[in-house]
Amino acid sequence: MAGTMTTVDARGLHYRDLNQRLLELVRQGQRHLRVENVLGQRYIGTGLPPAGLELQGTPGEDLAAFMDGSIIRVFGNVQNAVGNTMNSGRVIVHGSAGDVLGHSMRGGEIWIRGNAGYRVGIHMKASASSSPAIVVGGTAGDFLGEYMAGGTLVVLGLGCEGSERLIGNWIGTGMHGGAIFIRGGVQDYRLGRGATRADCDAADLALLSRQVVLYCEEFGLDPQEVLSAPFAKLTPVTSRPYHRLYASSVGEL
Amino acid sequence: MRNYLLPDFLVRAGDGCTGCGRCVRECSFHVLEMAGGRPKANHARCVACRRCVTFCPTGALRVLANDTAYRQNPYWPAWLRQDLMRQAQTGGMLLAGSGNDLPYSSLWDHLLLDASQVTNPSIDPLREPMEVITFLGRKPSELSVSVAEDGELCLDTEVPPQLRLELPIVFGAMSLGAVNLNVHRILAAAARDAGTLWNCGEGGLHEELYEYGENTIVQVASGRFGVHTRYLEQAAAIEIKMGQGAKPGIGGHLPGEKVTSDIASTRMIPEGADALSPAPHHDIYSIEDLAQLIGALKQATHDSKPIGVKIAAVHHVAAIASGAVRAGADFLTIDGFRGGTGAAPKVIRNHVGIPIELALAAVDDRLRQEGIRNQVTLIASGGIRCSADMVKAVALGADAVAIGTAALVSLGCTLCQACHTGRCAWGITTQEASLSARQDVAEGTERLANLLHAWDAELKEMLGALGINAVESLRGNRERLRALGVDAEALSILGVQTAGRE
Repeated sequence: MAGTMTTVDARGLHYRDLNQRLLELVRQGQRHLRVENVLGQRYIGTGLPPAGLELQGTPGEDLAAFMDGSIIRVFGNVQNAVGNTMNSGRVIVHGSAGDVLGHSMRGGEIWIRGNAGYRVGIHMKASASSSPAIVVGGTAGDFLGEYMAGGTLVVLGLGCEGSERLIGNWIGTGMHGGAIFIRGGVQDYRLGRGATRADCDAADLALLSRQVVLYCEEFGLDPQEVLSAPFAKLTPVTSRPYHRLYASSVGEL
Repeated sequence: MRNYLLPDFLVRAGDGCTGCGRCVRECSFHVLEMAGGRPKANHARCVACRRCVTFCPTGALRVLANDTAYRQNPYWPAWLRQDLMRQAQTGGMLLAGSGNDLPYSSLWDHLLLDASQVTNPSIDPLREPMEVITFLGRKPSELSVSVAEDGELCLDTEVPPQLRLELPIVFGAMSLGAVNLNVHRILAAAARDAGTLWNCGEGGLHEELYEYGENTIVQVASGRFGVHTRYLEQAAAIEIKMGQGAKPGIGGHLPGEKVTSDIASTRMIPEGADALSPAPHHDIYSIEDLAQLIGALKQATHDSKPIGVKIAAVHHVAAIASGAVRAGADFLTIDGFRGGTGAAPKVIRNHVGIPIELALAAVDDRLRQEGIRNQVTLIASGGIRCSADMVKAVALGADAVAIGTAALVSLGCTLCQACHTGRCAWGITTQEASLSARQDVAEGTERLANLLHAWDAELKEMLGALGINAVESLRGNRERLRALGVDAEALSILGVQTAGRE
């Protein structure tokens, strides 16, 4: 049992007041908070010591920005820049997400039950000690994984199998690290410059399986069924995309 | 392909050469090798960094310009002809380090300071107190003061976070990657000694330097390298890097060769991978978006410190500055087109952006016109070479200046412009351990402290000559400047009269 849940009513609160209230509660030792009537308040989870938040409603921009260790469940949709530069923790959305989801995140996980907008996972990156993952249950827009430098992006396309809307164009443009998995495959013309197809090896399947099993557990889905469809894997053409772009203006060539 | 390039420089050992080989050991560009007991040069590799000459124990070595003539043609200068050759041979964008080296006129050199005499006496700073302490942070429009029952005055206004600088100079942002950890150690220690701030740039802050947090501005740039909670929390201030004077409008590529284990762990990326800072921030496409990131950083640090924005001086700098202030920036760094870089396409470095003198005057004017000048601390950077440039910048409206290139020159940099090669013989812009070791932290700290001490003394001397006893009395005081040989339009932007006008 995860301790007692404290409820906060966000109705009419400015984001500063709401976030200050959450910070005070967490500092007082309340580690499990339910926030009701969330409507557009920004930066929820930002600057907060690790806690479990359950949000009812629609949080505003930059949810979980710079977040480090909290687990946020949203029962509603989320806006843009969720998980911006997030370090660790988990954001679970029982709805859809806006653009630039997981911008530059370097650790933790974001799971979206519904659809996500443009530029999902843009410039997300991994380090020696952590690697982030984003799983989108429905569709994802153009420029998925743009500038991607590390981590894992998964688009499941549940309920829109075979649809034109499943995935956008220019996938992995400027990608130079990490891997993108698209359930049901992807047409060549949708790949951006920098991304290429690769075969799923055993390590990929283990990684994918781990994410999908956890995801399905959260959302009450059957992981076997989700994993039964083939996945296309996209990886960077090179980790040194601009290696040959320049020549020195001084010294010997 | 045949090489049509002639060497830019020639290295010659004169009669005093004892064949000791010191020059060979000092040259990091592999120009020199010993042959028959004397140094033999592969001239084409020489960048004129002067390391070998400086360390030659007998003073026998010379680096000379290769004076092989080109037919004189000002429209096609020699360097341009050489650049075309380089491009023809490589197909590459030419990469350069350091700052814009084209002979655009410097307005600093056309501005002259006033002095007091007879009717308004000058002040001797060696005898009289001279206030140069500067506070970085948003200033309230008014202060509300009440009197308590016991007669004590109480400040009722909640003043936003302020950082005290003992002199109006901070160090400009230079990332770990552009420079090495020893240089960061020097900048941090010198900033602490002098009571000012250094700026770790966009490549994160090495764990070892967290103890200098109170003197550190940390950057949040488009790559978001090394940005995490502790990084933000331990800093004195946070600067969002929107632009850089040496390369406005473009991002940065730290090549994988420079991403050593220290740099990889500090940037929080894999070793050996290219570190790409995209041209825009992916979450900033408008002033409102900038406000959103400023808000996020204020939220992440619980409003405990100033959040600034760094922009490059470009044509609409005044409008951008106004937007940044309205977006919540507590300090604003304006970086002129003479600003330095560890690496930038030469064409961008040399042709994009405008001079800091004009940008600063335009920004200060605009913020005053809009009644928001008090809301922001203005830091002028990008080509501040000496204390006179600093004093003129303050008179044009800056609260403080940031110095980068000048600080590196004090550590040995000779502006050879080979920063991007990673071979810096002075151990500044290289990540190679044997070269980085050439920067002795204790000595470098002393050199930088000396530089700041000298500028501080010169600043006070100039203020005294002006008959001013506090640097804030000079701020935006353009009446104390006169211009020589500046056209009418530029004069009107600078808000300065021609020399000889009363």
